[in-house]
Amino acid sequence: MILLTQPHVVAMQAHGERDYPYECCGLLIGRFLQNGNKEVVETYAISNAREEEAKRNRFLIRPEELVAGERAAAQKGLDVVGFYHSHPDDEAVPSRYDLEHAWPIYSYIIVSVREGSALDLRSWEMESDRSKFNPEEMSKGQE
Amino acid sequence: MAVTVVIPTPLRQFADGAAQLVFEANNVGEALDSLTTTYAELRKHLFTDQNALRSFVNVYVNDEDIRHAQALDTPVSDGDTVMIVPSIAGGC
Repeated sequence: MILLTQPHVVAMQAHGERDYPYECCGLLIGRFLQNGNKEVVETYAISNAREEEAKRNRFLIRPEELVAGERAAAQKGLDVVGFYHSHPDDEAVPSRYDLEHAWPIYSYIIVSVREGSALDLRSWEMESDRSKFNPEEMSKGQE
Repeated sequence: MAVTVVIPTPLRQFADGAAQLVFEANNVGEALDSLTTTYAELRKHLFTDQNALRSFVNVYVNDEDIRHAQALDTPVSDGDTVMIVPSIAGGC
């Protein structure tokens, strides 16, 4: 399960709408909890590094941006616990391309943005044998 | 040559939680082979079925990206650090 707040959800949806019709992306910064859950403390928007003609259906966070995010998180005693991205005019469901590029443990939150409006938002975790994504329960606090 | 291999957070669970490990190797390929022989579950996350490094897996020797050197044949020296860093990619 991933614990996050309504402002986190709003921030990810707003980023998805802002970057529409391109895919947005960002880091989920927080904590891996002892019970296996993850807690999001902040979302961190990243500029989609894919080339212009690919950004409608692809996103990329370069390794140096991830390392920078990990270092910034570590300074606050936090970790990168996952990532979010948008699916413009598509479902909030991982694609085969998402699966091929995924890493274990992390949460992958997908925001569906239809005609510029963010709708569904769901979280997923990859099976450790890389066979599939599983839905991840989200617990949304109010703060 | 004793080199330190730095393992990224999502893969540490497959290496008994280790953040870094030391292996004897003459090049990057040997270091990663030793790593994935010791911890076999790591291999599918780093290599394709054709034994090529996955496109979203980046490897640095000290601060140099091996794609700008000799890829898996990049030589390593005693005390070098081989760092595995993910790229994060996806899309609909």
